[in-house]
Amino acid sequence: MFGLNVVKRQEPPKWGSFLIYPGCIALSLCISCLLLAAQGKPALEGMVMLWQGAFGAWYAFEDTLLKTVPIFLCSLGVAVTFRMQVWNIGAEGQFALGAVGATWAVLTFPNLPGWQLMPIMFLSSAVAGCAWGLIPAYLKLRLKVNEIITTLMLNYIGILILQFLVYGPWKAKASFGFPMTEEFPSAAVVAAIPGTRLHWGVAVCVVAAVILTIFLSRSRLGFELKASGESLGAARYARMPYGFLVMLVMGLCGALAGWAGMLETSAVVGRLQPSIMVGYGYTAIVVAWLARLKPWAIGLAAVFLAALRVGTENLMLELQVPAAFGHIMEGLILVTVIAGQFFMNYSIRLGSAEVSK
Amino acid sequence: MSPELLIPLLAAAVQSGTPVLYATLGEMFTERSGILNLGVEGMMVVGALAAFLTAKFTGSPWLGLLAGGMAASALGGIHALVCLEFLGNQTVSGLALTILGAGLADYLGTPYIGQNAPGFYAFDMPVLSAIPFIGPIFFKHDALVYISFLAPLAFWFFWHRTRTGMALTAAGEYPKAAAAAGLNPVRLRWIGILVGGFLIGMGGAYLSLAYTHLWTNGMSAGRGWIAVALVIFAFWRPGRAVFGAYLFGGVMAFQLRLQATGTNLPSSLLLMLPYALTIFVLLLSAMRGKGKSSAAPAALGVNIEPEG
Repeated sequence: MFGLNVVKRQEPPKWGSFLIYPGCIALSLCISCLLLAAQGKPALEGMVMLWQGAFGAWYAFEDTLLKTVPIFLCSLGVAVTFRMQVWNIGAEGQFALGAVGATWAVLTFPNLPGWQLMPIMFLSSAVAGCAWGLIPAYLKLRLKVNEIITTLMLNYIGILILQFLVYGPWKAKASFGFPMTEEFPSAAVVAAIPGTRLHWGVAVCVVAAVILTIFLSRSRLGFELKASGESLGAARYARMPYGFLVMLVMGLCGALAGWAGMLETSAVVGRLQPSIMVGYGYTAIVVAWLARLKPWAIGLAAVFLAALRVGTENLMLELQVPAAFGHIMEGLILVTVIAGQFFMNYSIRLGSAEVSK
Repeated sequence: MSPELLIPLLAAAVQSGTPVLYATLGEMFTERSGILNLGVEGMMVVGALAAFLTAKFTGSPWLGLLAGGMAASALGGIHALVCLEFLGNQTVSGLALTILGAGLADYLGTPYIGQNAPGFYAFDMPVLSAIPFIGPIFFKHDALVYISFLAPLAFWFFWHRTRTGMALTAAGEYPKAAAAAGLNPVRLRWIGILVGGFLIGMGGAYLSLAYTHLWTNGMSAGRGWIAVALVIFAFWRPGRAVFGAYLFGGVMAFQLRLQATGTNLPSSLLLMLPYALTIFVLLLSAMRGKGKSSAAPAALGVNIEPEG
């Protein structure tokens, strides 16, 4: 690289992630500053506003945590599929289908009490999201159809299904032409944790993360999953159930993303409307890669990217910066981190090439 | 269907297939050198914006086209830097590029939403446009469409009859052997990304300068992803890419026309057609390709590890 000698490391350096990740993020923040300056906005003040918008007050931090929930759930699922080198880009569509599934339950059983309706909603959103994840898994296994493209196309289709329903058959009578369903009855709303604006979906995140961590590190299937990701050939040789594992991770991701969609619809918005689709599924990919697919790190990265979104909203209000600024920052962070991971795996030696093994 | 209805529809298919064709050929160019670039969607929309702004402020659509190609190529340069120099994961880098490109185009383009720019306009090709049936379908378009007719032939010639073309293929098939033969596969892949990126940018420029003459956010609407799928569908061969692109153009044009005639079908269901067709087309090529060895370049998506 650039005439320097690149040497593969035997193992990543201990200091690596403490130096590289903050460095990459700092670099991407610097570039974002330049972009702000290029539009004639105060760059450093902008960064302060970003921080204050996300962490400046308890109220702001609650917003951040609320946005963490869907990002975290989607990312958890995405990370599990990435572990198997299954490139599932479909969390966005699975999120949409989850929201649709939950709304179907609410509209079908409007008079059930909460303790009956809530489990049905959890189930229907998981089933809908899961189904949306299993289609590309099946096509990949059966016909070797590239899952990157099928999951992506199913994102577009999933969002259009959601739109079709809220513009058409599910549109509320008193919506004055706005595309939205009736407001959910209180039995269908995931309640807030007393004393906060956070809803009990936070607990779902914690439980899901704990169960998944145990599953990945302690169970036989979890081990096989990791092994198949690292070497497909070896896994096949050891007669690991590759096909089953692909279906499992895709279904799991779909169910988790589906729950994210359900929680967003039920607890945050209180009805189904197209504006729930704000790209959490794509942010989940950034989070998963940032966290190197580890569940605990996904928690941290999800809070970080949720903070970025909330902070950007503050920036939109204060400096009239378009919402797309947040997406640029997400893209920049991902790019710098992918490049930065180079230094985890390789070291650079100056001077002439000496044979080193 | 009567010719009065069929001819305009087919002509529209050619027109709306053209941006997809440019993007498909660009991605094919990159992939043939061994690099998987999933940033097409982002590069296309950045190309569309750069082309629009340049044409708007210089008044020249040709300069706009150049700027669109160069902007997408520059964005591709990030992909090249990440994958070729920093040995990053090609799949994730491409996704990052799409997120970054879409964000950049939205951010920089928002002040210009709904504004117009000078662009390319249709003119009749002398003699050829007079041919019955063929003429009105293929030869009553703008200059970029005519250029796109020549592109697949040029590609075929480049890949099969020129040294650089064959060297690029070697970098995509077996970079180690290419290096042993005295070629520089990393540099060849840089060329693959940058030139492919320029073509992808031309596809984007077509959207803002010829297909429409104005700027709106999210112009590419998944066309970049469709192009990635079409490369697979085309088995990495330019001739089949033309067929695939016009098929998509046809479905998009058909869907628009159906909406315009005020059908009872809801628009969201019609809008699904191109995306559903993408999946269907992939299914079709998967079934056709079954049993055969994969048509993909052997080293597609595999980074070149440094020696030592």
